[in-house]
Amino acid sequence: MDSDTPSCLFSLDKENISYQDTTILKNVTLEINQGEKVGLIGPSGAGKTTLLRTLYQRVSEQSAFVHQHYALVPQLSVFHNVYVGRLDRNTTSQNLINLVYPREQVRQEIFPILDSLGIKEKSFVRVGELSGGEMQRVAVARAIYRQESILLADEPVSSIDPHQAGAVLELINQVAETVVMSLHAVELALKYAERIIGLHNGEIQFDLSAEEVTPVILKELYQQS
Amino acid sequence: MLKTSLTFVGIAFIAVVLADLEVSTQHPWLEMGRMVEGVFTPELSVIWEFKASLLNTAIFALCGTFLGVILGIGLAFFFQFLPVRLFCAFIRAIHEIFWAFIFLPIVGLNSICGVLAIAIPYAGIFAKVYAEIIQESDQQPLEGIPKDTHRLSRFFYGVLPVIYADTKHYTAYRFECALRSSAILGFIGLPTLGYHLETFFKEGMYSEVAALLIVFYFLIASLKYWLKPRLVPVYVVLAFALLSREISLSWENVARFFTYEILPWPMRRQGIHDGTYTVSFVLIPVLEWVKAIWLDEAWEGIWKTIVLTQIVLVGTGLFSLFVFPFACRHFAGKVTNRIWHYLLIIVRTTPEYILAYIFLTLWGPSMLPAVWAILLHNGAILAFLSSNNADLVQLRIDAPFKRIDRYFYEILPRVYGQFLAFLFYRWEVMMRESAILGILGIYTLGFYIHSAISDDQIDKAMLLILFTAILNMGIDSISQVVRRRLKISTKLSIAS
Repeated sequence: MDSDTPSCLFSLDKENISYQDTTILKNVTLEINQGEKVGLIGPSGAGKTTLLRTLYQRVSEQSAFVHQHYALVPQLSVFHNVYVGRLDRNTTSQNLINLVYPREQVRQEIFPILDSLGIKEKSFVRVGELSGGEMQRVAVARAIYRQESILLADEPVSSIDPHQAGAVLELINQVAETVVMSLHAVELALKYAERIIGLHNGEIQFDLSAEEVTPVILKELYQQS
Repeated sequence: MLKTSLTFVGIAFIAVVLADLEVSTQHPWLEMGRMVEGVFTPELSVIWEFKASLLNTAIFALCGTFLGVILGIGLAFFFQFLPVRLFCAFIRAIHEIFWAFIFLPIVGLNSICGVLAIAIPYAGIFAKVYAEIIQESDQQPLEGIPKDTHRLSRFFYGVLPVIYADTKHYTAYRFECALRSSAILGFIGLPTLGYHLETFFKEGMYSEVAALLIVFYFLIASLKYWLKPRLVPVYVVLAFALLSREISLSWENVARFFTYEILPWPMRRQGIHDGTYTVSFVLIPVLEWVKAIWLDEAWEGIWKTIVLTQIVLVGTGLFSLFVFPFACRHFAGKVTNRIWHYLLIIVRTTPEYILAYIFLTLWGPSMLPAVWAILLHNGAILAFLSSNNADLVQLRIDAPFKRIDRYFYEILPRVYGQFLAFLFYRWEVMMRESAILGILGIYTLGFYIHSAISDDQIDKAMLLILFTAILNMGIDSISQVVRRRLKISTKLSIAS
């Protein structure tokens, strides 16, 4: 691979995509290159989740995913839920032993991530007992623990306090080389993503760098019916 | 729902007309008086004397449940395959006592017989329920698990934690059932509680009966204090260690059973007559043999079993609808609620076989004892459940003041769907019990199976057990169709 020009990770060419019969992406053309930080914005039902899932299906081997509904196991501890991120890389016996007695090495890998997300003291609390914001941090921690170069995140900070959300997004940007995330809060998208894709009714409305996005463009995206 | 309910009531009404429900004893009240006297003067010394049978009751139940769980988990993993589902339906369609009848000639009257008689039908039940729990469990956690994760890791991280609580509760409930099964296996000669209960009943020694039953209630009531998940492995190991080794299992016997004794009589007749014990493959005589058993015994047995089941099904429903308000906070005070709660628990804890024995002693042989035994046991379970569900309902402050209005307009409509679902869920159980109680002298299938076993006609007994199993599987599928059509589920959904 050429090291000067960033390689293309995803490319969709005039594709129509349906997901679980809900949202349909219409005639989507898109290229995302290695190293890009992309923010997906748009009103509810615009197709952000569908687009993210589609991207994930294309590169699931090299990427981690943060689910909008967390997809955590409420009955397991925070620690074990984060460990789930690498289940496929360890042997089955390692996984089973880890349920009963986590190795020191694994602890050393997971604790710093929990620390940076401010939930280290909850390490061995069952996820079902956490608040929504804390659960979301666990979901982010699991994706980070996967240590992939691509991180896809569906509303990763929707339940986290606005003044703490920035730190979490900052962390996501740090650990993954390429990031694609959908964000409800436009200010956060503009601040933490370099490239903004506006979706509406399953179609790409605009695809601009963060500096190019003006209030007029945003108003158009959210106000049209 | 109303139409279906009324149809079943109509069927039950016809069944009542057809059924033999008379009291044939001369002095039922006198006997009743002696029983009540026995309850108040329990002869507690027998508890120590018969401690071995108490221990056996617990040991058989533990070993049987444990093996049932292991086999059930194994089967649950393959439950998506139709042959596995049918196999499970088949093994659970045969009552524990019938399984004991099957194992009796193979392994003899010993602990293996008792443990297997519990383990096998329970394996079929566990497989079904575990598979259902997995199917209905929350699927979202699985989405977070990496795609290439090994099946086993996926199960232990994404499935087991999610289903653990439900499976634990269900398994504990089943262990309670296993204690009942284990106790009544004594009635056919295994060394558990029922063995002595039968003797005492026959001799009219009700103080002794009362003492043994009290210990049994105590055993079940105390489960929640000693049956801790952490301690279960210890109990299981202990139970297997204490399991009586006095067994003379000969593989020759086992082989003989499967290759010779269960073969239809016409296939063996020639060999027995000329002393060679060879097997002849004769299709027509075998079919005639099946036909003769069908006409002489099976038909009558099936008919009586169905009549009894239909009476009991509706009887159970009516009983629980009538009784549950007494245990519900919206209809009676705290004291009444408590009393009825405990009453229902006691009735539900008593194995239906023992209830039948009590009524049989009081009223003599007819369908009446069986009707009340099955009805009370199942009715108590259902009333308990319905009152608990009704308690969850938050009545609005301007709810009808008259209790009868409250019952029909506020509570019943909310709990009826689940009540009906659960009633139909137990339909198959009631049929299994109806068949079994034939052993006590009413002409349901159990009567004919028991006679065949007593006459050493194993081939006939097996054929009749097969008929019973098919009948049960039929009821099970009808019940599923009815529940699906009415769109009712045993899962709780109460809007306040």
